[in-house]
Amino acid sequence: MKGIITVLGQDRVGIIARVCTYLAEQDINILDISQTIVHGYFNMVMMVDLTENKGSFEQTAAGLEEIGRSIGVRIKLQREDIFDAMHRV
Amino acid sequence: MISKFEVQETNRMIEESNLDVRTITMGISLLDCADADIDVFCRKIYDKITSAARDLVAVGDDIGRQFGIPIVNKRIAVTPVSIAAAGAGAVRYASVARTLDRAAAAVGVNFIGGYSALIHKGSTPADKALVDSIPEALSETERVCASVNVGSSRAGINMNAVRRMGEIIREMAHLTRDRGSIACAKFVVFCNAVEDNPFLAGAFHGVGERDRVINVGVSGPGVVKQALTETKGADFETLCETVKRTAFKITRAGQLVAQEASRRLNVPFGIIDLSLAPTPAVGDSVAEILMEMGLEQPGAPGTTAAVAILNDNVKKGGIMASSCVGGLSGAFIPVSEDHGMIEAVRCGALTLEKLEAMTCVCSVGLDMVAVPGDTPAETISGLIADEMAIGMINHKTTAVRIIPAAGKHVGDMVEFGGLLGSAPVMAVNRFDCAPFIRRGGRIPPPVHSFKN
Repeated sequence: MKGIITVLGQDRVGIIARVCTYLAEQDINILDISQTIVHGYFNMVMMVDLTENKGSFEQTAAGLEEIGRSIGVRIKLQREDIFDAMHRV
Repeated sequence: MISKFEVQETNRMIEESNLDVRTITMGISLLDCADADIDVFCRKIYDKITSAARDLVAVGDDIGRQFGIPIVNKRIAVTPVSIAAAGAGAVRYASVARTLDRAAAAVGVNFIGGYSALIHKGSTPADKALVDSIPEALSETERVCASVNVGSSRAGINMNAVRRMGEIIREMAHLTRDRGSIACAKFVVFCNAVEDNPFLAGAFHGVGERDRVINVGVSGPGVVKQALTETKGADFETLCETVKRTAFKITRAGQLVAQEASRRLNVPFGIIDLSLAPTPAVGDSVAEILMEMGLEQPGAPGTTAAVAILNDNVKKGGIMASSCVGGLSGAFIPVSEDHGMIEAVRCGALTLEKLEAMTCVCSVGLDMVAVPGDTPAETISGLIADEMAIGMINHKTTAVRIIPAAGKHVGDMVEFGGLLGSAPVMAVNRFDCAPFIRRGGRIPPPVHSFKN
């Protein structure tokens, strides 16, 4: 299963590091990253492969949300299917 | 690969425009619960519902979390009780309603539909007993919804039933007079009722359906409104295209949720209902869409055309997105559940007569409309007859969910709470129609029903 992680919030040092470290610990492979910073506002969309994920989807989503809270950004994990369904004929 | 902009568009729809899946409704057949003893029947339906829908709420919530899209309601529709319980004879059916209420509470759904009778051509003794029990059933239960189909394009309109509907609506308004006559908000009178509608209060599980089925109602008026804001002032072709594209995306989200729910619950997927259903929340309103199209208020000249455009293009986009479209599929215009409609009534823009005109081109009918508590039963039946005639002649579903709010007068507000919202009491034409309603009998079907 593929997932989409979105990270939104005030830019600061180490956002990508924190997220990527967590994903590596969970055996979640990163397939693609797209990131921009506009007026100090950090905006990242990441596609990940959850096939080897150590935890359940819910645990991973909760883990990412927790990291987000600790560094002051909003992190959301969603299954990729929803975007495919809505944006592809 | 999905682009960042597509991800952001979806998440903006969810977070800023109230995109949600309005309901996952499990249809459950009660036909195999039939029994000559009403107590045994009740035990069987309780066991079947609580076992079939045991995981419905948990699975719905879990899917919502995984896709990041809220699934607002999890609900149940059962076989019309007047059919399933007929084997027990024409006894007091209110115990069945209480059983449905307990079963719904046990599995955690907020509404259960199917306390229903299909009497468009005539009534069986069981139908009569069920209809007579509706006021007691709805005033003594919390989650049970009832509906009666009194007309169809093939059978005409059962005017005896229409007359009786006025009486029982008045009766249930009186029985729940201390609670804003709320029983009436859980009761729908239909013409051409559909068997796979997932939206309550009118949902029931048709006899042509499988033992169990998952039907999904999508929503998202806020998303359509936002899309129209971005194309402000464009011509009608652009307007239609924008609604279609948005409806496509909304429907696809619903279809995905439906397929996932069906797989996880091991229950076949039935249909997606494309209705745009508002909630009382700001930004989740069909009225706002009409205003975005260029109307100062819903009810202004042009409103019927605007509703027609909206309804047709939601269908066109939705049908492209799913091969299993069904249910009611159109724009809902419940007054109490849409803050924009409430405001339109309050400021005098929207009248009962204009609402009736709007129902000629949208999916349902006079929905969640409050009228003065002293409105005569025959007048309510007259309003129902008009709405049923629109459905019968135009081969479409029409419905009436009307609340003659006990002790209330024109301009008062009636509070129902939650998703049912609050309704301003609307003026009803004061001229009498009682001799017309009292004629009794059946209005034969229109000539164009003879297609064979």
